[in-house]
Amino acid sequence: MTFFYQFFFYLFALIAVASALAFVTRKSPVAAALWLVNTMFSLAVLYIMLGAQFIGIIQILVYAGAIMVVFLFVVMLLNLGHPLAGGDLRRSGVRALGGLLGLGLLAELLVLGRQKLPALIPTPPIQANVVNSIAAPLFNEYLLAFEVTSVLLLAAIVGAVVLAKRRV
Amino acid sequence: MVAESLIISAVLFAIGVVGVLIRRNAIIIFMCVELMLNAVNLSFIALSRLYGITGQVFVLFVMTVAAAEAAVGLAIIISIFRHHESVDLQNINILKG
Repeated sequence: MTFFYQFFFYLFALIAVASALAFVTRKSPVAAALWLVNTMFSLAVLYIMLGAQFIGIIQILVYAGAIMVVFLFVVMLLNLGHPLAGGDLRRSGVRALGGLLGLGLLAELLVLGRQKLPALIPTPPIQANVVNSIAAPLFNEYLLAFEVTSVLLLAAIVGAVVLAKRRV
Repeated sequence: MVAESLIISAVLFAIGVVGVLIRRNAIIIFMCVELMLNAVNLSFIALSRLYGITGQVFVLFVMTVAAAEAAVGLAIIISIFRHHESVDLQNINILKG
């Protein structure tokens, strides 16, 4: 049981990181988007393995299913499916600096992550109503934030329509 | 598995940052931002194993903000494309002194 859990956890972690690397290095936006979808599916598996079943499904529905489709839709709409003329990467000096900054950030994050973690809280056994455990705090403690979210979404809809309209 | 998840999250976040710094295509830079948001979500979910369900509630809010950000950002990219006929960030330098 634990062997299979660890095996699949590391397998999907490896797939997620490898797909992310492939995503950053692809020239064509469509190929990059498909690699990113791969990363998101593997992350959804990791979420489910970490005990967040609802979030895992939402990840597939919202990220892989909706957000990435919007990205691909814009690529199609603007006819950007081909790599940019003159390469898609910045000058080699900027590239080296960016890589160094990324390595520095990674080192910082890894050092930060090395501090001692508290013990796992006992997870409740997987039950039929996985959604209840997340819905209860969402609609009690965080009700105000939840309502404000609807205003945010309305503003985003109006903003997107106004910005993308041909003539204001 | 929590410590491993935090390491994976750090690696994914760093990959996203490097992507933002070295790519020139505005759409791919946007996707790198989404990758960074996903990395943070993984941290939240791993830490919700230690500190309770609040982390998962936060992830829901992060996903909402990410969806709103993607919609507005892509609309901005469309309107920039109308002006410049390009999404290459090296051609978009009106604010450059």
